[in-house]
Amino acid sequence: MRRSGLMGERLIALFLLGIVLFTPPFLGIFNVATVTAGIPTFYLYLFSAWLALIVLVALAAERGGHLDVAPQAGEPPAGEESDASARGGEG
Amino acid sequence: MLNGVTILTVSFLYLSLLFAIAYYGDQRADARRSLISNPYIYALSIAVYCTSWTFYGSVGRAASSGVGFLPIYIGPTLMFILGWHLIRKIVRISKVNRITSIADFIASRYGKSFYLGALVTVVAVLGILPYISLQLKAITVSFGVLIQYPDVAMPEDRHSASLLEDTALYVALLMGAFAILFGTRHIDASEHHEGMVAAVAFESVVKLIAFLAVGLLVTYGIFNGMGDLYGRASESEQLRKLFTINSTGGLVSWVTLSVLSMGAIIALPRQFQVIAVENTDERHVRTAIWLFPLYLFLINLFVLPIAFAGLIHFPSGAVDPDTFVLTLPMAEHYQTLALIAFIGGLSAATGMIIVETIALSTMVCNDLFMPILLKVGRLHLSERRDLTGILLAIRRIAIIVVILLGYAYVRLIGESYALVTIGLVSFVAAMQFVPLIVGGILWKGATERGALAGLTGGFLVWLYTLLLPSFARSGWISESFVTDGLFGIALMKPYAFLGLTGFDVISHATIWTMLVNVGLYIGVSLVTSQTMIERSQAIHFVDIFNRAEAGGRIWRGRATIGDLRELLARFLGHQRSEASLARFERERNRRLDPVSRADAEIVTFAERQLAGAIGAASARIMVASVVREEMRDIDEVMQILDQASQLIVYSRRLEEKSRALEAATEELTEANARLQELDKMKDDFVSTVSHELRTPLTSIRSFSEIVHDHPDLPVEQRNEFLQIIVTESERLTRLINDILDLAKMEAGKIEWNVAETDPRPIVEQALAATSGLFANKPIRLETAIAPELPIVVVDRDRLMQVVVNLVSNAVKFCDQKAGLVRVAAWREGDRLRVDVADNGRGLAKADHAKIFERFQQAGNTLTEKPKGTGLGLPISLQIIQHFGGDIWVDSEPGKGATFSFFIPAADAAGPAAPSRVAAEVT
Repeated sequence: MRRSGLMGERLIALFLLGIVLFTPPFLGIFNVATVTAGIPTFYLYLFSAWLALIVLVALAAERGGHLDVAPQAGEPPAGEESDASARGGEG
Repeated sequence: MLNGVTILTVSFLYLSLLFAIAYYGDQRADARRSLISNPYIYALSIAVYCTSWTFYGSVGRAASSGVGFLPIYIGPTLMFILGWHLIRKIVRISKVNRITSIADFIASRYGKSFYLGALVTVVAVLGILPYISLQLKAITVSFGVLIQYPDVAMPEDRHSASLLEDTALYVALLMGAFAILFGTRHIDASEHHEGMVAAVAFESVVKLIAFLAVGLLVTYGIFNGMGDLYGRASESEQLRKLFTINSTGGLVSWVTLSVLSMGAIIALPRQFQVIAVENTDERHVRTAIWLFPLYLFLINLFVLPIAFAGLIHFPSGAVDPDTFVLTLPMAEHYQTLALIAFIGGLSAATGMIIVETIALSTMVCNDLFMPILLKVGRLHLSERRDLTGILLAIRRIAIIVVILLGYAYVRLIGESYALVTIGLVSFVAAMQFVPLIVGGILWKGATERGALAGLTGGFLVWLYTLLLPSFARSGWISESFVTDGLFGIALMKPYAFLGLTGFDVISHATIWTMLVNVGLYIGVSLVTSQTMIERSQAIHFVDIFNRAEAGGRIWRGRATIGDLRELLARFLGHQRSEASLARFERERNRRLDPVSRADAEIVTFAERQLAGAIGAASARIMVASVVREEMRDIDEVMQILDQASQLIVYSRRLEEKSRALEAATEELTEANARLQELDKMKDDFVSTVSHELRTPLTSIRSFSEIVHDHPDLPVEQRNEFLQIIVTESERLTRLINDILDLAKMEAGKIEWNVAETDPRPIVEQALAATSGLFANKPIRLETAIAPELPIVVVDRDRLMQVVVNLVSNAVKFCDQKAGLVRVAAWREGDRLRVDVADNGRGLAKADHAKIFERFQQAGNTLTEKPKGTGLGLPISLQIIQHFGGDIWVDSEPGKGATFSFFIPAADAAGPAAPSRVAAEVT
């Protein structure tokens, strides 16, 4: 996890954030029968939170890119090649 | 415009377009210019997750429970955020091990277990059946609704229709045919279906556009935007309830569905297929972790508006909410949009059915049938080289059977469930794989028996709490099973097992299956032990990334020194292995801690030690099996790991070796005997040669001494003696020449000037050369040489030597008073035949073969003066045999002798092939 470390950790944090956003205790705050800007508050919350989470994940994943140009240094990620180099390494 | 013909035509055109895309995708794949190798196609192909259930069913569920449909898409979003860790790991493992399906994945993790692979296959097929039947139902219903345009009405209950009138059957058969065309046109060694992925990505775009189009029309065409829509909805007490989750049960269901869909997104066979098996580049996962959730977000954006619009538009409840996507445009007479919506739904269903049945058929073929067929030795399948025909047949049959079973389910269960509920039954089944996958890639200690127990337990609970009750509801088995429990025992109620109440059916089943599954999986794993292959596979799966980071040092973190010590002890014996390890410690001046990780040095050392005992190849496999598993060698490893079979193998090898030794000994004995014989022959030869040489030498020497010691000898006598000396010297010279000749010929060192030759001048020349022998002797020469003799491939000097030899022999041995020598030459079939006959006293039968041996002359050489060197005939024999012919004698005592030889003609394919002869010339 050395090379992709920061990105991996950010994504785990975002996963935990997602759990918080979309499970009961926190979810209950918005589970109210009001209408905000013409849209039921609960719906508005769910879709906004969802979209925000996706944007954050996209930022974390794509901006983490420069840290992660070669996910596995010295080993092309395509299956067969990585397989072959692993074998080669053994010998 | 919107009638049956139009709908069918457009549908067929659309399906043909899909097929064309798939075909093009395959072409590009064959040309190594992959169409699908980019993260966007990858993310779109994963959107096969959105089936007709999403397309029609989400709206249906939203109409009854508000946001209740949403966790099915938020769960995968959360899972994909974890994807960088979990999914990428699954993808990597699948690539490295060439995993072909989820059954293959699970079986490999737990020691390439056949039973586990087969069980996963069975669970997957049974579990996914409702899901496939859901797609068939959706297509059938949507077609039934659309065809009634301009009326907006629900199609009649299909139960009344006979089998032949049932649209669903034709839909099923058509889908089966398409799946076969897409997935089993040929067997791909890598199990990649690039064309299929391309088509699936395309249909994902189509269904998204179709759904968004309907959503935009409904929200902004039929209503004046979201505000208007929700404003009108909030006027109704009934609809306002849908704005929130009102009950604890609703929240529980929310959480359950989130968890279920988190699992389903990786554990549904078709999702595993597109995510792991069809992945072309691991880096695509990075984009997919946000792009796929974005797709889910977009396709769900208008679900609630459409649901509310439908509820407002059709307040009577006569229209099934599952059909709102279709019926809203129809009611407002947007014909084209209704058709687009239908195509979107068809697209969603088709994509799901194709990928799902291909994934299932691969599992049925690779993990269920082939292992069984290969184990049934009688079929000799393992010896057949080309199994692709059988593979394809099994897969095609599997596809048809799965789809027909899905059809049977939809006919059986009928209309008793909404789309979403049917799909969730399958989700719970797929969920049973999740502990095995997630546990398998995170926890090294999980065992095969733990996995078998967990999956079996979870599956049985699933059957009991979900599948059987669905049969009961449709009246197929007694309803009392659901209401009163099995045998009337209240605790055995499938929807309130052991008295657990307060949950919806799906949550109830999820709780129980997961409790049993995870409980047995962990519990049994903790009390059972892993076989060696399980352990190495577990380490291989869990540490897949560590291996890459360690670069070439692949053994890091894989085996402990204790493991190696154990391995050595098994093959070398305790004492020897301890002694060699102690020596290692002494020499390298280091201490071996049994629990510390084995490094390169010790691994190499262990391998070398093993190689001494079981050979390098086996040692490498054995060490590799501890250090790291390679699927490719799994059969070898199995063979060697199984100690019993290993003993058999070794004893068999020993037997073979001792048999080979015996054979070698026998050969040696024979060779020895032959050598002794040759040795004796050589001794004989030397003694004969020295005898033959001494005779002329003795006479030369004695006559020389006489001449030397008696200078007063009369001139005549002296001349006579000198003449003898000259003659004997000549004989000696001839003898030595002959011996050299023969020795050279036998050693193959003589030079042959072979060419196609007319034998007639040779024979004539030989006769001319020997004419001197007849002079002053009462011997008559008769010749009968045919005018046309076949051309032969010979060395002319050597052939002449043979004829001269035979003629001079004949002159020597013929009747000395009225001698007759007869020479004949003619074509006999496709060979040259030459006879030289005399009228001498002939040869006894016993001598016929003997005279062709060296220094053997007929008669008694001790009492009679030898008339030749005794080497003429052996030399002739060598020469004639070299030309591919043979020489022999025909004779009886007192009746003369006839020496004959033949040489194959050049125009006949004789045994002396010219090429061989030519080679010897050079």
